[in-house]
Order: sequence, then C-alpha cells, then structure tokens
Amino acid sequence: MRVLFPFSAIVGQDEMKLALLIAAVDPGIGGVLAFGDRGTGKSTTVRALAALLPPMDVVEGCRFACDPATPGDFCDECRARAGIGVRHGVPVPVVDLPLGATEDRVVGALDLERALARGEKAFEPGLLARANRGFLYIDEVNLLEDHLVDLLLDVAASGENVVEREGLSVRHPARFVLVGSGNPEEGELRPQLLDRFGLSVEVRTPGDIPTRIEVVKRRDAFERDRAGFAATWQPVEAALRERILAARARLPGVAVPDAMLEKTAALCIKLGTDGLRAELTLIRAARAFAAYEGLPSVDLASLRTIAPSALRHRLRRDPLDEAGSSARVARALDGVLA
Amino acid sequence: MTETADLAAAIWADAAAAALVLALDPAGLGGVVLRARVGPARDAWFALLRAALPPGAPVRRVPAGIADARLLGGLDLAATLRAGRPVAERGLLAEADGGIVVVPMSERLPAATAARLAQVLDTGEVLSARARIGAVALDESVDDEELPPTSLLDRLAIHLDLSGVPPRTATAEAPGQEWLADARLRLGAVTVDDEVTEAVCIAADGLGVGSLRAPLFALRVARAAAALAGRDIVAEEDVSLAVRLVLAPRATRLPPSAEAEQDPEPPPPDDRPADEETAQTPEETKALADMLLEAARAALPKGLLERLQSAARARGAARAVGRAGEQRTGDARGRPIGTRSGDPRDGGRLNLVETLRAAAPWQPLRRAASEHDSPSPQPPPTRGGGDWPSFPPPLVGGAGGGVLHGSLVTPVGMTRLHIRKSDFRLTRHIQRRETTTIFGIDASGSAALNRLAEAKGAVELLLADCYVRRDRVAVVSFRGNAADILLPPTRALARARRSLAGLPGGGGTPLALGIDALRALADSERRAQRTPTIVLLTDGRANVARDGSGGRPKAEAESLAAARRLQGFAALVVDTSPRPHPFARKIAETMGGRYLPLPYANAHSLSAAVRVTLAAT
Repeated sequence: MRVLFPFSAIVGQDEMKLALLIAAVDPGIGGVLAFGDRGTGKSTTVRALAALLPPMDVVEGCRFACDPATPGDFCDECRARAGIGVRHGVPVPVVDLPLGATEDRVVGALDLERALARGEKAFEPGLLARANRGFLYIDEVNLLEDHLVDLLLDVAASGENVVEREGLSVRHPARFVLVGSGNPEEGELRPQLLDRFGLSVEVRTPGDIPTRIEVVKRRDAFERDRAGFAATWQPVEAALRERILAARARLPGVAVPDAMLEKTAALCIKLGTDGLRAELTLIRAARAFAAYEGLPSVDLASLRTIAPSALRHRLRRDPLDEAGSSARVARALDGVLA
Repeated sequence: MTETADLAAAIWADAAAAALVLALDPAGLGGVVLRARVGPARDAWFALLRAALPPGAPVRRVPAGIADARLLGGLDLAATLRAGRPVAERGLLAEADGGIVVVPMSERLPAATAARLAQVLDTGEVLSARARIGAVALDESVDDEELPPTSLLDRLAIHLDLSGVPPRTATAEAPGQEWLADARLRLGAVTVDDEVTEAVCIAADGLGVGSLRAPLFALRVARAAAALAGRDIVAEEDVSLAVRLVLAPRATRLPPSAEAEQDPEPPPPDDRPADEETAQTPEETKALADMLLEAARAALPKGLLERLQSAARARGAARAVGRAGEQRTGDARGRPIGTRSGDPRDGGRLNLVETLRAAAPWQPLRRAASEHDSPSPQPPPTRGGGDWPSFPPPLVGGAGGGVLHGSLVTPVGMTRLHIRKSDFRLTRHIQRRETTTIFGIDASGSAALNRLAEAKGAVELLLADCYVRRDRVAVVSFRGNAADILLPPTRALARARRSLAGLPGGGGTPLALGIDALRALADSERRAQRTPTIVLLTDGRANVARDGSGGRPKAEAESLAAARRLQGFAALVVDTSPRPHPFARKIAETMGGRYLPLPYANAHSLSAAVRVTLAAT
C-alpha cells in the first residue's frame, strides 16, 4: 500500500483534526463538513485517517466488511453463511468519492461483467459498500449534485443501502462517517443539507509564516522519503491510535450531568436552531470529546470546545449575512456558559 | 522594440527550462498549465518536452469529452462479448504511467473530468493501477473569458504563458540524453537548505499565494533545476527560476517593496515549540526572500497587477462554479424517460431488458451466421463460455421490468442469445433544467435619483429566494457609456451581495448596451443548458446610444431594436421611475415580457411583486 502522510504530523488544522477524531471515537455523530480554501490540507488530513485508525476485524469473504462481533448487523450474505471466518487487521476504509460519480458507482448496480459474460444477475457493490464501517470522503461536496448528497446523507443516517433497480433488490449495511469538504466561494451547500452534517469546521490557510514554513518542511521531508518519515512518526501515531481505542472503550461510561443538558438547551434556544438535532449532536459530540480527553463526565470546557463545530452550520441565517456564524456562536457561548 | 524581444526571449528561456524540469519529475510536479494558442511556439515547446522525456515515456492526449471508462479504465464491453469472459480495458491515465498526459482546451474541461484527474494526480494511482503522471493542461482561452478548473490549476506546479513569444524566438536544441539521465540520477540526492525553504515560504506569503501546494512545488522545481545544472544542493538561481515559474503566476498581490519590509514582523499569535527556531528569521533568509520577491516581481506579466485585486480572483472563482453544472445534462441522472442505443462505457446506464429485446429479432440470423464461421482455433464453445454470452430467450413480448426476475443462468440445453454492441440500449434520463436569474440594473444618474437603493434592496431579497431554490444569479449594471457584468452567473450569494453593495450610481442611461449585455449573458446560459430569466430594473430614460453619443431619439430607437432581440426569453421589466414611464412599458412589450410599474414601492413590496411575476412566467 502507498505510504500516507501521518495524521499526527499535520501542522495546525486543530479543529478539523479534532472533529475527525471525535467521529472516529463515535461514528454515530453524523458526518463532518470542512469548508475552507484550497491547498490547506483538507484532503491530506482525511486520507491520513486511513493509516491512523485502529484496524478492524471483518467476516472472511464478505463484500461489505461485516463485523463478526455484531451478527445482528450482518448483510444477507453473511446471514446465509454456514460458518463465519474472521479476518483480522483489515484497515478501516477511507473511500474517495469523486465529483461527478454516477449513482451506479455510488450505490452499486447490476454487475455488467457477470451479466454479459455469464448471464448471471448479480449485484456489483458500489462505493457505499466499500465505505462500510469507515469514512466516505467527498471533496467539493458543494458542487456535488443535490440528489446524490441527499442519497448519501440518507444512507449515512440509516446505516443501510437499499438498491431497487434493474430487477435487483439488495440491501446491505452501509455505516460510514461522511466527510465533505469544499470552498464556499465556489458555491454553497443547500441549508437543508448543511444541518444534516454532525460537525462542521472552518479550515483556513495558516496565516503566520513560521507555521507555513513548518508545513512545507514536513511535507517536503515526507515526499523525499515517505517510508522514513512515516517511521519517524510511528510512535506518535501509535499513541494516538491507543487514545482512540481507549476513548471508544470509555465512551459508554461517560456521564452527562443535567446541568450540562440545561446549558445545551439554553445555548440552542439562544441561537434559535431548528429542531432538536442541534442539541442531540452537541451532547453526543461533547460526550465523545470527554471520552477522548479521559474525563468521567461532560463538563463546561467540553461543551465550549465542541459547540462551535456542532452548531455553526445550524443557525437560521441570512444567506447574505457576511458576519460569520462562528462569531454568533462565540457570542452565545459567552452569554450562556459564563 | 528590443525590450519586447528581450522580454519574449526571457519568457521563452524560462519556458524551455520548465519543459526540462517537467520532463525530469513529471509526477512530482503535477504538470504545467500552458497558455498558448496553436502555433509554432507551442509546437517547439512540446518538441523540447518530448525530447527531454526518457526514451519510451508515454505521452497521451486526453480528447475532449472523454468517457470515464476510457480515462480510468473499466470493462471492455465489445471484447467481453466477443471473448465470452470479462476483458478489462486499461484507462488512458494508467497507460500514461511515468509520462505525460496532454489536456487540450482545458478551459472547457468539465468539472467532473477535472476532479478525476486531480484525484489521480494526488494519489498517483487509478483503480489500483499505477498512474504516476504529469499533466500539461493547454489553456487556449481568449482573454480571461474562461479558465481551466481551479482544482486542476492548483495541482499543476508550473504556469506558463507563451502567448507573447514570437516563433523565431522559440527555438531550442534537443538536450543530450546522457546529461538528462545523469540529472535524473542526481535528483533524489539534491538537498535544500532550511533557509531556502523558509525564503520560499516568505516569498509565497509576500505574493499572497494562499495554497500551500505552491511553495512545495517551488521547492521541487528548484530541486529539479539544481539536478539539471549538476548541483547537489539548490542554489539561488534554481530557486529564483522556481519562483518565476511557480509563485509569480499565482500572485494575488504585489510583493511588498524592500523598504517596507523593514517593519518587524508581528509575533505569531500562538507559539508552538516547533516554531521556535524559525520564529525569528535570520538576516540571510530575509535577504534571500527579498531577492526571490524581486525575481517574482520581474516575472509578473504586464498588466496583471491592475487586474489582480478585482477581476482575476473573483471571476476565477465564479467560472469554476459556472462549469460545474454542465455535467447535469448527462445520461446518468434524473428521472428515466425511455431508452436510446449507445455505448454504456460513455457513462450511460445499460437497460438490460431493452437490450435483450433489441437483440431478439436477430437471433435466427446470427445463430446461422455464427454456425457458419465459428472461430476455429478455439475449443468448441461450451455452455455459458462460448463466443457470445448466453441468456435464456424468453424476452420478446415480455412487459416491462418483470421479465428479468429469476436467474439468468442458462439452463442446460437452452439456445444461446447473440448480443452485439449495436443492441445496447441505454436508459435516458431527464432532469429539471437549472434556471439563472439575470438582473439588469440601471445605475444611471436618473435611476439613482429615483430608487437605485430600493432596487438594490429588492434584488437582495430576490437573491435570498434564489439561494433557497439553488438558482444561479447574474447581475449586469449599466450607466454612463458602458454595461458591465457585475457578477457572472454564480451561486455564491455572498459575492452577489458584495458586488451589489459596491455598485455606484450616476451618469447617462445606455439602455441599448444594457439590453445587449443581458442578451449575451442569456444566450450563453442557454448554451450551458440553463434556463435564463431576465429581470430589468430601469426608469426607461434611455439617453446614451451604443456608440456613447448622447441624444434621446437615437438611444430609444436602439433600445427598442435591442429589446426586440430579447423575444423568446422570459423577461420582466420593473419600472423604477416615480411615475410609470411609457417608454419602459414599450420596452417590456417589445421584448414580450411583463411590465411592472412601481411607483413609490418599497423594497419589500417590489420583491414580492417580482416573485409573483416570476412564478407566473
């Protein structure tokens, strides 16, 4: 496999890295949206996840990478299997969805190869199947056609891909974390879609020269000796991997005190977010953050850290308002969490 | 005269160096954006590039409108049918591994193709086949009308402009292969001093180059240049070449002059331990950075600087969006509306039922033909593995999709179906066309006096509507003796608002010019498969003719003539004068649009009225 730039070696981009780590701790958070300029390392950061995440066990021979530990979530093929073999150490998939991908490639379609060559009706899994239990990354999500984004968000929310076409009737598990990135200057995402992403982060070009120099130096060192560079960072990566595993184990035990629930509600009311999705996501993300930080329960600091990512894309906003949503969230935070 | 000649010679020298550098490290550099029309200069550059590539390195051309299967690889349907077993086809990008792909007319490249190319450039592989390629994107645009997709521009290291190079300047000797092989060996070992890295970063920052890919590319170019010069360490001239080729064309602001540079840098807001040694820039790094900025300043194209702040940046972004919609006309999306014949590798969806139905009538003929000349060297076709694929034949007369339920595996003893490429039927889809609302705003003195502010307010409210519907908007304004496209069609609403807010008022009313501009924009939207709707806000006091001369009669006559040519577009004229003006009504009637007089209306009622009218259009 190609050597990827180590996740821990990425300079800056702390908010985006934290959001991705939180999604790795609790994949149910509902996707991450990263908006920002070109050439700021969004793609590098997401792709680096593949090498960072702890490998998983999958059912031997399963096309959808079913988890042997949860027979309740098996695909139809695994249910029908007589004995379950286990393959260990399979890397977590981080699938790139190219702009302009057809629906066929995304959801899967009739396997033309087998249909034409052998006259069999078979299902050829698409990108959604490949992304099961991993991450699905869409660069320039704001330029993706709306109906595809709808479809992706639907599948991401339900955890299941249902295909009914060309005489095929297939359903298979497709639980993945959707990661979208884009540059808002080139077009915006529909507001209806925005708030279905769990977390949203803003990615900026690092402004200060020392940071920029550090980025360039590290990247340059990496490109000249990929394996050597990755080896240098291996201990840091391993430590981070352990931390994710520990956080996952700790997650169910993290408490959310009533006082924090009240704060969350107050915050969302103050910001006028629609529905309860904002509160639910904020609490869930704060809990994952607390687990990641090794805290026994969610505290004010966790809320304060997570709130901007969890809320900034949910504000009912005037599309022409240039004052950033981040500023509004920050003001509300100061008011409520003081 | 000689100055121009010197300049052209300098440009060509850099371009020639760029060809060698690219040939040395195509995959590392991503490639070159070559702005040049077809001509001897471009040919000479390509000849040099080919001569500098290692012998046998592939150079492939990506034809316009290439199908994904051909670009990336996939199943070769025709061969699969003939062989009766899956035959994979290698994509063009995988074929070009280790070499160069040439993308002609990259300014017309669909966003989807650009995205795929960008992905391959990033990862160096395509469908798990190796594809370490460099791309040469030919930009044949006239003026700044169109640009290659920004996703591609950012990933190609070197940006060249050969348009000012005369043919006689563009000559170069073919480089010696031994020398090149030597440089290729040396490339891996070339080192860069830390202060050079830092100086490149500072120079990039000074030129307002935001993307961090740019300084990285600059370092790679410098390394390749050093290898070519037979050096093991990057020297000043290597970096300054790199800055001219990579950073200068990306500049978005003037480098600060040397005197202004003396101000101490503000300390970075957060101090990370890793940054400590770089936090205070040593004197020599600074001197080097200044030198690089000077080099960049000399390489900045003439006339670029004036355009930098306004036009280039804003419009570059807008165009990238404009093209993103084109792919919507493809066959792969939307509601199915029947079938057509075609090749599924071009991105369409094969409709199996219709394909089999199309093949059915020919079966007796084909069976007879295949028995006649069965391919001799192969073993006699066995069941399911013969020269043509097998299907059970029950399809003629079957109604709709129900036919295919059940297994397609051929039962023993059944006759085989013979399917040819010409039988393929693809599902056709229809999708609601996007709309673009084009606003024409009369910003003349008379209109400004009346209610330019209200018109702006109303347009802003309409913009908010468009945002929810995901429509595109464009804004044209006219005053004095010119009409400007204030905002090319875009969905980025924040920018629309900004351009409106900065709209000045005053001057005469060149109504004819304004209408002409509206029509040009509407035409181009129609060509891009979008439905334009025109909203013209004017007080109807046309008093400037197309040639800039004053005089009401001529201006009005020209306006009416212009309006006549707008027939056939959905249009609305909003009369913004204090009392309804007969000429505004006449304009509306001439273009076959609606007329909406708005005496003393405020922005909200204006917006509401326009919305109702548009909905009814």
